[in-house]
This record gives sequence, C-alpha cells and structure tokens, in this order.
Amino acid sequence: MTEHAHQHGEKAHVVGYGQYILIWAGLMGLTGTTVALAGIELGRWVIITALTIASVKGFLVLNIFMHLRSEDRTFRLFVLVAGVVLLIFICLTFFDYAFR
Amino acid sequence: MTTAAIPAHHEGHVHRDDEGSRMGMWLFLFTELILFGGMFVIYAVYRFSHPAEFELGSKELDTLVGTVNTMVLLTSSLTVAMSITAIQRGNKKFSLLLVGITIALALVFLVNKYFEWSHKFSVGLYPQSPELLSRPQGEILYFGLYFVMTGLHALHVIIGAVVLAVIMRFISRDIITKDSFVKLEAGALYWHLVDIIWIFLFPLFYLVH
Amino acid sequence: MATSVVLAGAEPDFYHTVTKRKGILSWILTTDHKRIGILYLGTILVFFHAAVVLGFLMRLEMLKPEGALVEPQTYNTFFTLHGIIMIFLFVIPIVPAVFGNFFLPLMIGAKDVFFPRLNLFSWWLFIAGGILALTSVFLPGGAADTGWTFYVPYSIRTTTNVIPALLAAFILGFSSILTGLNFITTIHRMRAPGMTWFKMPLFVWASYATSWIQVLATPIIGITLLLVIIERLFGVGIFDPTLGGDPVLFQHMFWMYSHPAVYIIILPAMGVVSEIIPVFARRTIFGYNFIAYSSLAIAFFGSLVWAHHMFTVGMSDTGMFVFSLLTFLVSIPSAIKIFNWVATLYKGSIDLDVPLLFVLSFIVQFSIGGFTGLMLGALSVNIHVTDTYFVVGHFHYVMFGGTGFGFFAALHYWYPKMFGRMYNKGAAKIAWLLSTIGFNILYIPFLILGYAGMPRRYYHYLPQFQTLHVVATVGSWILVLGLGIMFVNLFLALRNGAKTSANPWGGETLEWTTPSPPPLENFDEIPVVTKGPYDYSKYEKAAQEVA
Repeated sequence: MTEHAHQHGEKAHVVGYGQYILIWAGLMGLTGTTVALAGIELGRWVIITALTIASVKGFLVLNIFMHLRSEDRTFRLFVLVAGVVLLIFICLTFFDYAFR
Repeated sequence: MTTAAIPAHHEGHVHRDDEGSRMGMWLFLFTELILFGGMFVIYAVYRFSHPAEFELGSKELDTLVGTVNTMVLLTSSLTVAMSITAIQRGNKKFSLLLVGITIALALVFLVNKYFEWSHKFSVGLYPQSPELLSRPQGEILYFGLYFVMTGLHALHVIIGAVVLAVIMRFISRDIITKDSFVKLEAGALYWHLVDIIWIFLFPLFYLVH
Repeated sequence: MATSVVLAGAEPDFYHTVTKRKGILSWILTTDHKRIGILYLGTILVFFHAAVVLGFLMRLEMLKPEGALVEPQTYNTFFTLHGIIMIFLFVIPIVPAVFGNFFLPLMIGAKDVFFPRLNLFSWWLFIAGGILALTSVFLPGGAADTGWTFYVPYSIRTTTNVIPALLAAFILGFSSILTGLNFITTIHRMRAPGMTWFKMPLFVWASYATSWIQVLATPIIGITLLLVIIERLFGVGIFDPTLGGDPVLFQHMFWMYSHPAVYIIILPAMGVVSEIIPVFARRTIFGYNFIAYSSLAIAFFGSLVWAHHMFTVGMSDTGMFVFSLLTFLVSIPSAIKIFNWVATLYKGSIDLDVPLLFVLSFIVQFSIGGFTGLMLGALSVNIHVTDTYFVVGHFHYVMFGGTGFGFFAALHYWYPKMFGRMYNKGAAKIAWLLSTIGFNILYIPFLILGYAGMPRRYYHYLPQFQTLHVVATVGSWILVLGLGIMFVNLFLALRNGAKTSANPWGGETLEWTTPSPPPLENFDEIPVVTKGPYDYSKYEKAAQEVA
C-alpha cells in the first residue's frame, strides 16, 4: 500500500494533442535524417549514427507516447533494468566473438 | 485508483489499481523486448562475422518501402496515443476513430510488407531457394534473419491490430470509459512496443549499407 | 492469534467455500491463488513421479557395462525425457508455482495475486505444455532424442519429434513468464499496510528475484527454440552450419536462459530454507539484509555466467577467462546465504523437526553442489570433466540435493497450513533418512566416475566403472524407497492426519495468522504489519534468562 499513496491526483494526467503531434513531427524528421544519412558514405560510423538516431526515437516513444515520463519512478527503473540486461547479453556474447 | 473511489470502498470489494495493471503490462513488454533482443544478439554476431555480405544484402532491400512503413507505424503510434487523450476528455467518438485509424494503418503496413515479401519471392529470394543457396553464406544468413525478424514483427503487428479491434469494441460498449481506460492504455503500450521494435529493425536491415 | 480463532469459527476454509462452480470446474476454472497452488502441486507431482521412474530405469540400465534393459535409442529417449520433465515440469515450476502461488499472497497480507485470471491462464499453459511434451513421445516419429539441451545441428537433423518437444518448452516458458510477471506486480502493489520492503519474509524476496529472471531471461530461450522450429520447418539459415550458421551461437543463446534458469530453480528453495531455519531455531534470522540482497545479487550475477557451459566448444580465450571469473563471483552471494543460515542456527533453540531435517540435507548437499560447481568453473579442471558424470553429479547435487530437498522441506513445513492436517512425523523422518542416504549413495559415485572419465549419456561403458555404477544404482533404490514412504505418508495424512492448529510450528510470518487451511479471502481484515518477519525476541530473552 505504500506505493498507492503516489497515485492520488496523478491519474488525471492528460497529454495534449499538440504535444503528441509535435513529438510525431520530430520522429518523422529523425526518420528522414537517418534515411538521408544512409545515402552518405560514413564507413564504420554508419551503424553508430543509425542506432543513435533509432535510440533517440525509441526514447521519445517511451517517454511521451508511452507516458514513462509521468509514471512512477519504479517504471523507469524497470525499463532501465530490462535495457541493461539486453545490453549485457549482447556485450558478453562479444567477449567470445570479438576475440576469436 | 482515483482518490474519489476511496470513500466508496466496499468491504471485501476488489480494489482497483490501474498503476498495478500498467506495471504488469510493462513487464510483459519486457518479455517481448527480450524476445526480439535475442534475435538482435544473433544479428549482431552474424553482422560482425559477415560485414560485407550484410551490406550487399541490405542494398537489395527497398529503402523507400521501409521508410514508408516506418512513417506509417510512427503515425499509428501517434493516433493510438491521442486516443487516450480523447477518452480522458470524454470524447468517445473521436477515441474510436483514432483507434480505427491505428488499425487501418496497421493494415497498410501489412499490405506493404506483403508486396515487399512477394517481390523478394519473385526474384527468387526465399529460404532454400536455388538463387539464395548459390550466394555466399553471409547473405543466406542476412536474408534468413530478414525474413524471420520482419516476419515475427509482422505477426506482432497482426496481434496488436486484433488487440486494438477488441479495444474498439470495449470503447463502443462503454467497458472502456473516461473513468476507466487502463485497457486502452495497455493496448496502446503494446502497440508502441511494436513500433519501437520496428524503429530498430528498419535501420539495421534497410539502412546500414 | 485471537482474531484467527474467531475467524476459524466464522468462515469455511477455501476448500469448503461455496463458489459459483461445482466439482472439478470449481478447481480447473478457479482464480483463487490457493487452489491454483494445489492444482500445480497435483500436476507437478504426476510429472515428477514419471521422471523419477525414467531415472530409475536409467539406473537399472547402467547395472551392466553392456546394458541391461533397453535399446540404445530408448535410452536416449529416457535421458531426454527425464531431463525435459525434471527441468521444465518439475524443478523450475515446483517452488514458485506451488508455494509461491499458495503462500506469497498470504505472506504479504494480500487476498490474492494481482492478476488472478492470468494466474489461472498460466496453469492452463503449463498443462498444455506438459501434455504436448508427453504426447510428443507417442506421436509417430518417436520421442525426441536430443537431450534436454536441443543442441543444433542434431536437433535440426534428427527425424524424431523435436518440434512438439520444442513447442512444449516454449509454452512452458510462457507460463513461467506470466507467473513471474504476476508475482512482481503482486509484491509491488499488494503488500499489507506497514509491510515495507525490508519487513517482507525472505521467501518473498527470493520469489521477487526469481520472478525477474523469469521475466527477463525466459524470452531468450523462447525465441531460440522458436528459431530452431522455424529452421526445421522452412530451412531458414540461422544456426545450421551448412547455411553459414553458427551452432555455438545456439549454445550461447540456450545457456543465456538456461543458466539463469538454475537460479530460477535454486533461489525459491533458498527462500524456503530462510523461512524454516528461524522458526526451528527460534531465533531471528542472522543478516536479514544480506540474505535479501544476496537473492538479487544471485539473480544478477547468475545472468552473466552462461558460457561456462561451453568451455570446450572453441570460444575465444578472452571469453573463457571472463566467464570463468564471473562464475566465481556468483559463489559469493550463495556463500553469504549459507553462512547466514548456519549463523542463525548457532546458539538457537533448535527443534530437529521434519522440515529442519530436510533443510539440513539441503545445506550440505547444496554446498557439495556449489563446490563442485566451482571446480567446473575453473578452466583447467573443466576441460577434463566436461560431459562426464562429474557434471551430472554436480547438477544433481544442486537441482535435486538442493531444490528437490528444498521442495520436500517446504512441503513438510507448509503441509499443515495447506491441508489443515499433520502427517505422521515418524514416517516422515524415516523418509528423510532414506532419501538423504539414498541420494548421496546415488550421486557421490557419479562424481568419482566422472572424475575417472565416465562420459555422460553413454549407453555402454568400460568394465572398470561397473562397481561404482552398481553402487549408484543401489543408491537409487534406497532413494526411491524413501520417496515412496514420503509421498504415501503425505497422501494418507490428507484423510487420516490429525487436525492441526493455525500455527503448529510457532512461525511468525503472516500465513500463520490465518486458520489452517485459510479461508477463501485469506484475511478477514487486511493485517497491519508493525514488526519484522522473524521476531523471536521473546524466545531469545527467555533463553538468556535461563543462561
């Protein structure tokens, strides 16, 4: 019950249409950017830029569309844990493959 | 649960806790995330060991179709997010319309995907095809992953669309209302996750060449 | 205590509450966490006994070097099924699904889990997966012969029923995920007023850590098994080496889940041990915070060590070094738990009752399992004993000697609460003695055999190994006798056991404040928690006065 105390009054949180549309426009812009950048020869940076832009887009969707910003802190911690675990799986696998 | 309901709390009545319901949904989304995450591990390893073949493979995908589908999914995420605002403001019809648009966009995505796949099939690119088997192993892996990952993603789009269709029914029957819309929130969360996975699939398959 | 006496007179227990549905439907369509716990117990015990029979037959087969009983292909099927059933249908679900379901809500002062209908759905998935696993045996094509690990490329090539077996494991994994998700939400949202995180019983902490592994690691095996199915059906190149795939990558993915699964298996049993020891030592648990945090630490570090199953497959040296090092790190939180349990017993007023006896077996056997695990984690030793009986002995010490005995302990500890009756303690003690002796006679030879070079899964073996094989087989007979006495005793007590009070052991956690068995809604009034879970200060004070 301790956590129940947090939610009183918070429930009424309504995100306006305008803010959603703004974020959507940003996401479309980022999509355009990443496609445009793909046309340029960036060498080894190509995957880094592509994944960075994808991460920014993911962050926007998580925070605004999925309301992570207005959720309890626990939820953000959860997402962090899930993301870190996935990252660890990938990194540790590469302790094998990167040194073959 | 809102503050208003606490005085009306009945003995032995089940306490409603929307935040808890959303927590359960988020935990479920993690399992979906890790499910695709496993495939991202495989992608990373094979891309690392076959960089040249992966580049060649990605050049054969149609960036335009991929970009259009990305925009379609982003827009569908917008509409489903707005549908929550609509229901919160008591605008049932607009909310229904927005969820309906989301489902329609899901169908657009699937139709695009269908044409994209059938084009690949028509040029002889499908698992075990003589054309594919004649290529270097890295390309077989690339197209294997392409079909499996986009295929499983498409399956999730279908599941998401079905979930949203059920939710439309709930809205029209007033099971989802201005005061109780956690089911819509859960459905929307699922839909956004499908979008996020595509946000990563798109550059990894279409753009990094 | 006073309230529970009043309650006992006023409300029927959950077996006798009149519900909407009657008869069998009131069970298989129930959303009551207690009934679901009992459902799991019944079904899992059926699977367990089937797998025990398979293990028993395997031991008979190994009596003679040239084989004594069955054809080689049948033997392959035996160890595959024994593994699949024991892992996916017994040790993984047994403690969380049975005791987690029944007791987690009671221990945190809740009326049910957060998603009761999802809980029922998990059980149905479990049944579906179990039935699919069993039918795969009898379908044309023959039972899967891959071993429970489903290693490619053999699992892609073999003509046996691998797809149904894979699908069964996939469905069972999904069931496990949903249970974990339900428990995490329940623990976060439904604790009784006053029950802060550090007033939770340690079994709840262990379940919490386990649930996180279930949610975050299980999907990996889900997708991996699904990919093998897709590969078999459509010939897509993912793991198949003829198409460029890397079978070692399959092993990485497989163990990415299946090693953390070891901690899904052992953590809840450790939680049980942490519950039982303070009750029977009449002492507050030593180092509560350490035990609580070590559960989380085990869950975390346990997820980083999977590739120690693969030291001989040709990984990079860097990979081997890193994974070996991380493996040694997991032993720290495990050791913290052992030390704290022993320290709790120290100077306690120990009551050597049945549950504690099983716990003591657990501690010794788990320690042997842990130490042999450290030997296996060392690269130089590992190369020699990989895929030998040493490995088999090691993980049976952890899985059976640890979790199996933890399950027996939990069953004997919570039996009076679940069924409202007490079993015959004399028979239970004989069962404990026989199963502990039998277990060790069975598996100590495994460790020696493996060290001498006896490979696992072999149908024939060299004559010089026969003596130890015979000893192990005799051990299996004693063990089976002990298990037989244990379960007959518990089964008879369902009807004939003496009625028991709300709190026969003198436990201080919340489940003992309800009548035995509890009423449908658990608590008439949600309790308000003011003290820690193992407050035995009155006993400690009395002990000091006596001294």
